[in-house]
Amino acid sequence: MLKLDAVTLQKGDFRLQADLQIAAGAQVAVIGPSGAGKSTLLEAIAGFLPARDGRILWRGQDITALPPGQRPVAMLFQDGNLFPHLTLRQNVGLGIDANRRLSAAQAEAVTAALARVGLAGMEERRPADLSGGQQSRAALARVLVQGRDLLLLDEPFAALGPALKAEMLDLVAEIVTEKGATLLMVSHDPQDARRIATEVVLVADGHVYPPSPTAEILDNPPPALRAYLGAPTGS
Amino acid sequence: MAARAQPVGGTGRAAHRAAAPRPDAPRPVAIWPGTCAALGVALLVLGTLAAVAMRAEGGSGFGPSEASALRFTLIQASLSAVFSVGLAIPVARALARRRFAGRRVLITLLGAPFILPVIVAILGLLAVFGRSGWISGALGAFGLDPLRIYGLHGVVIAHVFFNLPLATRLILQGWQEIPAERFRLAAQLNAGPGAMWHLLEAPMLRRILPGAMAVIFAICLSSFAVALTLGGGPKATTLELAIYQAFHFDFDLGRAAVLSTVQLGLTVVAAVLALRVPVGEGVGAGLDRAVVRWDATGRSATLLDVVWIGFATLFLMLPLLAVLVAGAPGLLSLPAPVWSAAWVSVQVAALSTGLLLLVALPLSASIALGRRQLGEIAGILGLAASPLVIGTGLFVLIYPVASPAHVALPVTALVNMVMALPFALRILVPRMQQVMQQNARLALALNMRGPAFWRRVIWPRCRAQIGFAAGLTAALSLGDLGVVALFADPETATLPLQVYRLMGAYRMEAAQAAALLLFILSMGAFWLLDRGGKFHAEA
Repeated sequence: MLKLDAVTLQKGDFRLQADLQIAAGAQVAVIGPSGAGKSTLLEAIAGFLPARDGRILWRGQDITALPPGQRPVAMLFQDGNLFPHLTLRQNVGLGIDANRRLSAAQAEAVTAALARVGLAGMEERRPADLSGGQQSRAALARVLVQGRDLLLLDEPFAALGPALKAEMLDLVAEIVTEKGATLLMVSHDPQDARRIATEVVLVADGHVYPPSPTAEILDNPPPALRAYLGAPTGS
Repeated sequence: MAARAQPVGGTGRAAHRAAAPRPDAPRPVAIWPGTCAALGVALLVLGTLAAVAMRAEGGSGFGPSEASALRFTLIQASLSAVFSVGLAIPVARALARRRFAGRRVLITLLGAPFILPVIVAILGLLAVFGRSGWISGALGAFGLDPLRIYGLHGVVIAHVFFNLPLATRLILQGWQEIPAERFRLAAQLNAGPGAMWHLLEAPMLRRILPGAMAVIFAICLSSFAVALTLGGGPKATTLELAIYQAFHFDFDLGRAAVLSTVQLGLTVVAAVLALRVPVGEGVGAGLDRAVVRWDATGRSATLLDVVWIGFATLFLMLPLLAVLVAGAPGLLSLPAPVWSAAWVSVQVAALSTGLLLLVALPLSASIALGRRQLGEIAGILGLAASPLVIGTGLFVLIYPVASPAHVALPVTALVNMVMALPFALRILVPRMQQVMQQNARLALALNMRGPAFWRRVIWPRCRAQIGFAAGLTAALSLGDLGVVALFADPETATLPLQVYRLMGAYRMEAAQAAALLLFILSMGAFWLLDRGGKFHAEA
């Protein structure tokens, strides 16, 4: 269980309060108006933004003071998810160990992960030689070998077309289910949430609201969410 | 040398600080090595000054000879700045509005005097403007008196030789920063040259010129090698040269200390002024685009531009050509001491380059991670530091424990490193900032720690800049004639010092050949390191 215990986040004049729990293995969409603090929330969970107040716990263990790389978290950002000067094999290998050479077995795992996301035979390519979709797949291959409990997505597929984005989300759902990981995914699009999220967390008015079941909250949105969604979305 | 340090950024910081203490945002590499490097440099620059001041037992105050050195320093620096910038305006304008074969090469060559050893340029200038030089020879053919290059005007000519290219690059950049659309609009309004000047060019120059002048003025304040070779005498002695004389001839530490203090005060003020005024890069790329212009197509304007470009080319290339022509015959029959001096110089340059990387890499990483004040300190100290003051201070400190001549070469390498540091930072910091911005978060997310981040991210991504900075340092160190003159005994010499000694012994042919060797070594070292960094590096 991921627990944000009376957490206050601050960025300049902007403040965000979060006090909620997310069940282990849940697939959660984080929805809210732009500028409401969705990315800020993920940054804090990943350890890039120190919490001003409160505690963050994972399975009962306090991770508030841990540096990003030592948290049980894998995160994909909007961009810059691969080092442009490294090959796919090297990029994915960093997910296993970023500081040492890989053993033969670990190298095997890298090849297998690339094959799993449909990039077999592209191990020696660099990100610039790939399409946007292939780059996303490579980043997901790294998430696979990282084997972390929490996967945070800060709209890494925003630049992809609708069909490709849906494909990636399905791949994410597969990976998360396979690994039993917990997913937190920032989204602008309620359709994304309906596609793979079991629950939705609303971020609005300086608050992170506790999760609600996806269909329930989208079909019957509270006032803050209704203001963001505008017209009813149907199903 | 343009604007070596960035102005301090982040004004909204103080408000932030006032909030409750909280842990820092995480970073992929530690800040402290850079802080240590900056403190080390500050300690060296300020500590050596203190050492000189402590040894200055009263007595000699600020006398007439010190006043005369101060006056000459100010006059030559002012004249050098005025002439360099004044001549650079028409040259830059011509380069900005003409396209011709060889334009790119010419603009690249404008960067060359920066790494050209001073002593090589001086031999070249002597061969062209000297008493028995090409111009005097031509004048003699018409029964006219030969030129005299020694004294104030010689010093100024040499400084203009070195700084005209820098000024041209700075001003050219200003011209190219005027958006092409403005020229198009002005052309559409049928603006003639006069209107074009008032509308676009004059405002740009008002913005660029003060900075360019201030930078060149600051550079010329610390002139040593030029004053040593072309100046001298009570009427043409800079403060730096006076420090050397007080020290070398009279071993008068009191006088050296007074002069050092005046020199440092002067350069700090000039450095602060130069850094206050915004200036462009001057050393950067992106100057190879000629703006399309619809005015200035007339025959006289074209002719004027041709004359100015021709003047600049001749003024910069003739001395180099002269060194080549005069030095080539003797290159294969160089005396043995020249070769051993060359070997010494290569070792000093290697040590200096190594030291530079040791200091500049952590320092630039720390600056890129937000410690901008470190860059400020290094920028001001670097521009203000006087090799002769540092050298004198180190001499005072070392003298009681060891023979200064024994440590002449490491000390030279150390001082060369300090002098090259601001330029290295200018090259490294912007790239380092970019790399941190693009890669730090991902590296942190992957738990990539210090050494691994250096090896896997910074090195591969900054290789070209590291090579450029290393090449610049090696070339500057190879060509430096400064502190080594204080320390070396008659048996030790770097190649520039050896060239100077050969000149002093009136062995001009050997001096010219040795200067050609020095030229080849400096350019070779720069080329090798710069190429090495760019080899197979991604853009």
